[in-house]
Amino acid sequence: MNLLEILREPCPWYVAGPLIGLTVPILLIIGNKSFGISSSLRHICAMCIPANISFFKYDWKKESWNLFFVFGIFLGGVIAAYFLANPNPVEINAKLSEQLATYGITDHSGLLPKELFSWESLFTLRGFIMIVVGGFLVGFGTRYAGGCTSGHAIMGISNLQWPSLVATICFMIGGFIMANLILPYILAL
Amino acid sequence: MNNLENKNTDTEGINGSQLKDSGFSNLKYLIVGIFFGIVFVKAEIISWFRIQEMFQLQSFFMYGVIGSAVVVGIISVQIIKKFNIKTIQGEKIEIQPKVFSKGQIYGGLLFGFGWAITGACPGPLFAQIGTGVTVIVVTLVSAIAGTWFYGLIKDKLPH
Repeated sequence: MNLLEILREPCPWYVAGPLIGLTVPILLIIGNKSFGISSSLRHICAMCIPANISFFKYDWKKESWNLFFVFGIFLGGVIAAYFLANPNPVEINAKLSEQLATYGITDHSGLLPKELFSWESLFTLRGFIMIVVGGFLVGFGTRYAGGCTSGHAIMGISNLQWPSLVATICFMIGGFIMANLILPYILAL
Repeated sequence: MNNLENKNTDTEGINGSQLKDSGFSNLKYLIVGIFFGIVFVKAEIISWFRIQEMFQLQSFFMYGVIGSAVVVGIISVQIIKKFNIKTIQGEKIEIQPKVFSKGQIYGGLLFGFGWAITGACPGPLFAQIGTGVTVIVVTLVSAIAGTWFYGLIKDKLPH
């Protein structure tokens, strides 16, 4: 197998996890920046629509590193998809595949199911909830919690901050409740 | 001048540096972001299917990713503190403490709901758009609207 073939294979957790963890010291050492991504959404608000809300009145330019970082994540997505794409469909758990099939979700060719996340789907009730309501909850919830998976679960816990552990446990509880108790009704719409 | 308001309750992604970043020096964050985005895609962390497997306890994968990331993060931060490692500009490394608020509970649960629906936290949204799923731009705009709405009603919420 040559290097490009290896890079095209999906990356195992024990490689991906430590690489993500290393982002913490890298950002600290190259410029004293604490890892966190959802803050970029706040900076975009401060930059585009501050609307005289005190929460958005600060010097966002000082935090513009965060916007460069997320733009990099976008470019990384482009590079991975166009140059390092895995030619095989996403391997998913057989039980999940069976469950999803009952809701008409059978396309596993991409990282997201096309039946849910596509422009056609957006104009259905199910798609609207998945795309618009889901996104709103992500933006509202992360800011209310003061961070997301990166800011709390990875950066906060790395610095042994117990409030971040509380936040992470709540992220997981919310996810378990939604995925197991509520999402089946949304998918059935 | 460090003036992110509510610094104590909301210190995520903060710039601890007192130095001014030029546009050019910001390029290094772009490069770190690119590597990060590639890992996101190649490990399929941005996959909606992986997130469903995680929340239905059908796969160890995401637990392995987050768990090993946290272990590496804890060790790194301890090393930085113990050896008093400085930034490449020679500054002392500052990490703001996280202060508890009820928002971490209420907001945390709401984000958990959104995470399980969209299969994405904020970082993966940017990578998903990059992979060509253009409709996720709508999810991102909606997440920005959610953040903005939080800013609007923040003082009326329990913290």
